[in-house]
Amino acid sequence: MSEGTLDNSSETNAQPGATRFSVFGTSFLLGLVLPVTAGLLYEAAFRAGLVQARLLPPPSRIFTTLWKLAESGELKTHVIATVGRVGMGFGLGSLVGILLGALTGASRDARRLLDPTLQALRAIPSLAWVPLFILWLGIFEGSKIALIAAGVFFPVYLGVMAAIANVDRKIVEVGRAFRLSRLAMVRRVLLPAILPDTIIAIRSGLGMGFMFVVAAEIMGASEGLGYLLVDGQQLGKPDQILAAIIAFAVLGKIGDWLIVVSTKPALAWQDTHQRGA
Amino acid sequence: MLTIETLCKTYPNGTHALEKISLNVDAGEIVAMVGGSGCGKTTLLRMISGLEAPTQGHVAIDGEPIFAPHPAVGIVFQEARLLPWLTVAQNIAFGLDHLPRAEQEARVDQALLRVGLAGYGKRWPRELSGGQAQRVAIVRALVAQPKALLLDEPFSALDALTREDLQDHLLALWEQHRPTLVLVTHDVEEAVALADRAIVLQPKPGRIFADIPIDLPRPRDRLSPEFAEAKRLVLKALDGSINQPMTHQPGKVHSPSAGGSF
Repeated sequence: MSEGTLDNSSETNAQPGATRFSVFGTSFLLGLVLPVTAGLLYEAAFRAGLVQARLLPPPSRIFTTLWKLAESGELKTHVIATVGRVGMGFGLGSLVGILLGALTGASRDARRLLDPTLQALRAIPSLAWVPLFILWLGIFEGSKIALIAAGVFFPVYLGVMAAIANVDRKIVEVGRAFRLSRLAMVRRVLLPAILPDTIIAIRSGLGMGFMFVVAAEIMGASEGLGYLLVDGQQLGKPDQILAAIIAFAVLGKIGDWLIVVSTKPALAWQDTHQRGA
Repeated sequence: MLTIETLCKTYPNGTHALEKISLNVDAGEIVAMVGGSGCGKTTLLRMISGLEAPTQGHVAIDGEPIFAPHPAVGIVFQEARLLPWLTVAQNIAFGLDHLPRAEQEARVDQALLRVGLAGYGKRWPRELSGGQAQRVAIVRALVAQPKALLLDEPFSALDALTREDLQDHLLALWEQHRPTLVLVTHDVEEAVALADRAIVLQPKPGRIFADIPIDLPRPRDRLSPEFAEAKRLVLKALDGSINQPMTHQPGKVHSPSAGGSF
């Protein structure tokens, strides 16, 4: 049982570097078991003629389609379009979210002034803004980026505001006892204290970004992965729809992974039950 | 050098925590504040530190009034309160930002050595035991070389053995620059082991009940009859402070829920 051995070695934590890698490998492989088995079974059923697969193509056909799209350069065009929109909307939405969240988290007056309005706006389903965004910003990029930014904004805003409001009073008091200036208090105590929650907020913000880019592209675009979805539906090409869905999944995962990896060194101090896993 | 004059504290909710506390502490003296829970000893310490403002009266160090945390006064809390995102060494250097890096490193290394944590500088606070963390907290306050160090029940969360060990560490650190120590505790043995004077506080509202000098030579033998006698004296006073009928009730503002000064 090689898996058992690996798990045991992670318990003893003797060689952090080596074990982390192997644990990563095990859990990664374990996560693949279900989708790969399902895919293989379906493929086998298709090959054996047990299923028709007109509406749900087998994995081999989906990957062939994906490969063809990649080969022709089409996939690249669509990916760039989608990533560009998410990037702009996410950048804008998370920037404003962090700024306003920090403001309302740190100042009670600002919270009383701004938060009720923002909470009211949050209650509106973001998609309801689309007609207005299109009227204001046109049918092209502007309205799409605005929609994505609006979707990203709220989880980031809420997360940062809560993180600041929840900073441990006792730790802040240590800063006071050492006579930190207001600025030093922010830099040396508040920012590090809110970093973990802020990163989580940004990650959920990015998730929202990908959610809304699909909505934006379905509503009218000439390129982008969302366009591939609509095109696949209109021309009856389920393999293209699924290829686009896979591309979305991969992009979303890569984006999230980039945030996690780039912030990991800054969070090495955390004392969580998942440490080392 | 530490002067406390007619210090009163009434919280906005009506809790009358302290009533006219006056006290002088000499340079290099170790004073223990002893009292049952709710006698306002932590409140008193927080006002000396400048973290809280008194309702009346004032605190001064070397004639300089304290309104806010003062560079000459350090504080150690009941919990270590290390910043979890800084290493042990960075935590100790937290109050040394104004010094050149070389000086910071020298002081941190020396401090780690003195509390038996040499080689622990690069660890995270989460990797320390409770006693180790509290030792780091004490040297974090001491490396800034304050004239007075306030300690708010610093060892109360530790087991008996670790507590004695840390009391010895504290005395050894004190020997170095001999700052004034004001120690809040509910542990009579700790007061007698460390202090030159035990101030016994009486609750509701907090007042000074007795001021007992402890004239034992250091190092103190915890098993000696003199030590036991000093302990008995402080315990007796503590007993009296709690069972004393209310002789005066200034202000008459205390509600039944009063006493929650922590």
